[in-house]
Amino acid sequence: MLQGLADVEKVFQYKGMKEMQTEDELIEEITNSEYKYGFYTEMDSDQAPKGLSEVIIRFISAKKNEPQWMLDYRLNAYRIWEKMEEPEWAHLGYEKPDFQDLHYYSAPKPKVQLDSLDEVDHELLETFKKLGISIEEQERLTGVAVDVVIDSVSVATSFKKKLGELGIIFCSFSEAVQEHPELVQKYLGTVVPTTDNFYSALNSAVFTDGSFCYIPKGKKCPMELSTYFRINEANTGQFERTLVIADEGSYVSYLEGCTAPMRDENQLHAAVVELVALDNAEIKYSTIQNWYPGSKEGKGGIYNFVTKRGLCMENSKISWTQVETGSAVTWKYPGCILKGNNSIGEFYSVAVTSNHQQADTGSKMIHLGKNTKSTIISKGISAGQAQNSYRGLVKIAKGAANARNFTQCDSLLMGNNCGAHTFPYIEVSNQSSKVEHEATTSKIGEDQIFYCKQRGMDETTAINLIVNGYCKEVLNQLPMEFAVEAQKLLEISLEGSVG
Amino acid sequence: MDKKIKGIEFLIALFRMIKIKNLHASIEGTEILRGINLEVKAGEVHAIMGPNGSGKSTLASVLAGRDEYEVTEGSVDFLDEDLLDMEPEDRSRAGLFLAFQYPVEIPGVSNINFLKTAINEAREKRGEDPMAAKDFLKRVKEKSKLVELDGRLANRSVNEGFSGGEKKRNEIFQMAMLDPKLSVLDETDSGLDIDALRIVANGVNELKTKDNASIVITHYQRLLDYIVPDYVHVLYKGKIVKTGPKELALELEEKGYEWIFKELEAVSA
Ligand SMILES: Nc1ncnc2c1ncn2[C@@H]1O[C@H](COP(=O)(O)OP(=O)(O)OP(=O)(O)O)[C@@H](O)[C@H]1O
Ligand SMILES: [Mg+2]
Repeated sequence: MLQGLADVEKVFQYKGMKEMQTEDELIEEITNSEYKYGFYTEMDSDQAPKGLSEVIIRFISAKKNEPQWMLDYRLNAYRIWEKMEEPEWAHLGYEKPDFQDLHYYSAPKPKVQLDSLDEVDHELLETFKKLGISIEEQERLTGVAVDVVIDSVSVATSFKKKLGELGIIFCSFSEAVQEHPELVQKYLGTVVPTTDNFYSALNSAVFTDGSFCYIPKGKKCPMELSTYFRINEANTGQFERTLVIADEGSYVSYLEGCTAPMRDENQLHAAVVELVALDNAEIKYSTIQNWYPGSKEGKGGIYNFVTKRGLCMENSKISWTQVETGSAVTWKYPGCILKGNNSIGEFYSVAVTSNHQQADTGSKMIHLGKNTKSTIISKGISAGQAQNSYRGLVKIAKGAANARNFTQCDSLLMGNNCGAHTFPYIEVSNQSSKVEHEATTSKIGEDQIFYCKQRGMDETTAINLIVNGYCKEVLNQLPMEFAVEAQKLLEISLEGSVG
Repeated sequence: MDKKIKGIEFLIALFRMIKIKNLHASIEGTEILRGINLEVKAGEVHAIMGPNGSGKSTLASVLAGRDEYEVTEGSVDFLDEDLLDMEPEDRSRAGLFLAFQYPVEIPGVSNINFLKTAINEAREKRGEDPMAAKDFLKRVKEKSKLVELDGRLANRSVNEGFSGGEKKRNEIFQMAMLDPKLSVLDETDSGLDIDALRIVANGVNELKTKDNASIVITHYQRLLDYIVPDYVHVLYKGKIVKTGPKELALELEEKGYEWIFKELEAVSA
């Protein structure tokens, strides 16, 4: 899945495509495209029994050999969650998950401290191969450090040594709890408090693993850090927890990718990601999300309920970039709390929904500091019967003098059965601030498609080209290798079978 | 004897480009083209003139394969193939190029990427390897010079924010890049200033060989001073009502179309 530079050329080649007659057929083709990552790896897994209770939480915590403070944090969250109601306000219609019918812990065996690839379970290596992540290859070719989380336990980290020399910590969350408890304790829950929402509370109670990253003062992380998440077991909820801390004057670019096997039942993914950018620091956080979207009849698929938020201190900057083509239902609003003066928050998103996929996504930008700036660029693409909603909150607090926000929210519709909706919420309590919101909805242009065809392109190629152009501003934000991957993903999700 | 016939057939095939026979086409039930007959041979330039709404762009669109138009009668033979039976992209790959009257904008897609995609897809269909990046860029340089297209335009999004004249120039640039057999230029001259007109016309002339041909749709004799046509056709109400040598364009410029229509009425009366 991750490609080296040699593959950049291939983006411009479109192989083995069928020729199509009409737009209807094309849409049919698009909505029929099959999920490419739907394999299931057979591995022994160490599972907790179904259901959620204090006992299960103690089980998870004990399994992970956690210190008391971590268990207390979980139990507290569980008690808060028990009193909360599942939110209803999103523009989504789905069957609510049965929280007692899920496994909250599933670790692939053997659970290992991996120092070299030789120690990695063979099946697991196969999984990596199918995902297209060959760790050796990557170490050599792309200079990307990858942390892979299958189901809930982080199983492989690479490049650790090199990063260690700079004092950069990049490890699984569980390891961070053991090895760097002071950092975890200091920052965990400071950006997304347990009480924030139903799913963040749930996550805080049961998260099993995730990634942790700390960049020390003044250090620029010399490579892209990357995590792959994959849900493997049936009826497993995945609740990973990510915490990235960029200390003063540091820089890091972080990417997460997600896939899951095809299953008839819905699977739940409720992650929490917290970013902390201290004074003068910068974090770029990119997501390529390709969870199983369900069958074309709308059966199965991942429920993706994620809370992602960044905290910006003085002169710092956090950019969220996401390309999302997967999940049956997505509910997610990455945002920034612009607490420090002159801090900057950015959100660039492409969300593709086809068939029966539903997405209610957007961004929250909370301006607290003076001269804070935020930019939201959201590109929605809907095909089939899909529903794609943008929901954004821009809040400018009283003290946020001269705050600026620019929001641009575009929707592209393919066919007549899909929908796009925009729900902007703007709260301004400061006279000197400026908020701009632009929104457009367009149908993919017949004229554009014909123009491309007249120059010799197939309909599918034409659509890919037009869609890529439409998403350009967002794709440009991704690190090059991932931009290539994202383009391919867009092609896959908007095309028929890719040979 | 045998050999001789083959030789003649070969020669005929060499010169045959497109043959339009009794072409009728309608849109939303309204017949726009009502029996077009036109034959263009390799090496020729044909000009089509005619009042607004007479069906010039419709003819271009039908040839290029826009599916809004329904062909109700007639045939079009293009390089020995049934053009009407081909998909628009196959027509393009077979060597048909349309310079659009209103070029389309494609935001976020650079001209370069657009052409690279087009060229390489056509090559792939022919079983050829993609064009090497080096060769491609060399060609871009060479061809953009031909129409004096500002190098920066090649890297900008297809037609987005281009001035009217730049769009037209870009069409000819694309034509040069794709090297078609038959080009249909739909009012490529309108909106061009005098210098641009000369540049575009020079470009078209430079690209002219004895193996390709063009159909030039225009309202102005001015263009035909630069691109000298072998024939001038007048299209009126979906039919070619008069065909003449290049001097016909001068006559039209001077006298307008009225006299032709009068002539027609006189004949039919
Ligand atoms: N969708 C449509 N429905 C009905 N009539 C149409 C439609 N599209 C085009 N026409 C008509 O077809 C006729 C021919 O149009 P066409 O664009 O071919 O003319 P033209 O000769 O190119 O004119 P111009 O010199 O103005 O470019 C016009 O009368 C036009 O109104
Ligand atoms: Mg016209």
